[in-house]
Amino acid sequence: MTKDNHTRLLPWITTPLLALALLLTWHVYVTSSGISGFILPTPIKVWHSYLDELRGAALWRHTWSTLYETLVGFAWATAIGLGLGVLIGRWRWLETTLNPFIVASQVIPKVALVPLFVVWFGFGPASKVLLAATLAFFPILSNTVLGVKSVDLGHRDVMVALNAPRWKVFTRLELPSALPYLLTGMEVGVVFAIIGAVVGEYLGGSAGLGYMLIAKMNAFDTAALFAIIIHLTLLGFVFYWLMSSARRLLIPWHESVLIDRANP
Amino acid sequence: MADPGIRLHDVVKNYDAPGHSVPALAATSLDVRQGEMLVLLGPSGCGKTTLLRMVGGLIRPSEGWIEVAGLPLWTTSGRNQEAVRKLGIVFQEPNLFPWLTVEDNVALPLEIQGANRNARTARARELLNLVGLAGFEHRRPRELSGGMRQRAAIARALAGDPQFLLLDEPFGALDAMTREQMNIELQRIWMETRQTVVLVTHSIHEAVFLADRIVLLSPRPGRIDRVIDINAPRPRAAEIEASAEFQSTVLGLRQRLGTIA
Repeated sequence: MTKDNHTRLLPWITTPLLALALLLTWHVYVTSSGISGFILPTPIKVWHSYLDELRGAALWRHTWSTLYETLVGFAWATAIGLGLGVLIGRWRWLETTLNPFIVASQVIPKVALVPLFVVWFGFGPASKVLLAATLAFFPILSNTVLGVKSVDLGHRDVMVALNAPRWKVFTRLELPSALPYLLTGMEVGVVFAIIGAVVGEYLGGSAGLGYMLIAKMNAFDTAALFAIIIHLTLLGFVFYWLMSSARRLLIPWHESVLIDRANP
Repeated sequence: MADPGIRLHDVVKNYDAPGHSVPALAATSLDVRQGEMLVLLGPSGCGKTTLLRMVGGLIRPSEGWIEVAGLPLWTTSGRNQEAVRKLGIVFQEPNLFPWLTVEDNVALPLEIQGANRNARTARARELLNLVGLAGFEHRRPRELSGGMRQRAAIARALAGDPQFLLLDEPFGALDAMTREQMNIELQRIWMETRQTVVLVTHSIHEAVFLADRIVLLSPRPGRIDRVIDINAPRPRAAEIEASAEFQSTVLGLRQRLGTIA
């Protein structure tokens, strides 16, 4: 009993301690090695820089751009990945037909498409949305296909025995069965969408956190670079939290949720 | 026909293997009488599950025909929905949907038929009462024990008010004590609902305890070896197993199984 409490409470102490130790090592290294502040600023300088940015309007404007591109790209990836995934999971011939294209779309370094997207869609948000969607698409598609294929055969028998029409089989059996897989795909996909949006902003345009990073690099503002990286990390955490909340909300019956609940 | 139960006429099932086809069930004819408890008993590989799945319309016979309550189970345009509606099936696994509550699982057949919420709930409650699961309406399947899950599966099979209840080794995955209890429960449910029951098992005890008639199947390829009437009065209690008649029937079946398996 007390041992259980120990293992449960311990991370609340050890994790902050480890973070503190890392920050301290960083700080001591910078102050004692005489390394230039342009190369590596102290954590305190980074913190102040982040606070400055948070108070300014620029960071928030750029955050909205990146968020918009990420979410719109992610939404497209989810819609197309889910739709296509259901069809591919259902029809074997469609899978064999499309498979070379899907593999090609997966192995191509998608960042290589950015110049093309810029030529087609300009320096505005559209090209970034497209890159975010392209990156997020594959994990969502492949997990949906897996989900549709993983429908329990015994469950299928039940629906056959009940004479269930096609549509009911889809809504009452295939969709709920595939949902945990779809959510896993979306969890990976949303992180890829952020990457897509930020990388897209590197290479064109004048908005977004990726653009801001490049601007800070050109200004040799290393502390601000760190600040934006931290900002992006926090953004990633928010998305991750949202997705795991969706998991708890939508599939409370699934093993992945029940295990987390048993070992919080 | 005076008794439109289930009729199987020269039903054959072959499975396709590379280069040839494997006979799973040789030409089999059988009448299931209205209201009886018929048990298909046999060793593994005797085609008893294949036979039940064909009666349930889950697989199509290679040859021969099946009639359910006077209706052909298969027509030129496929499965006869009207005939299928007269069947309720309980599988080896409970096959409950983990995302639905026990009540919604039981009501699934009604939901698929398009019944409204109130009717579904009322019927599900009634059936959960019948199978001894009152109070578990809002639990999820994983919160139930193995025996309780199979009770819920029986309730679901009964929800569409089928004339025939087909059970495919329903208690095979349960421990011996729960299994004995479930046999008594199944007898009680059957006596209350008066459905026609076809049950598949490889347990001689289960067969003799439950059956009005035992159809003994022999393997490779599956075919009917003999049909045995069990005339013990009902309701049968667990103690019946101690009776000399029960013992001698079990022994006879065991010896017969030893020579055919």
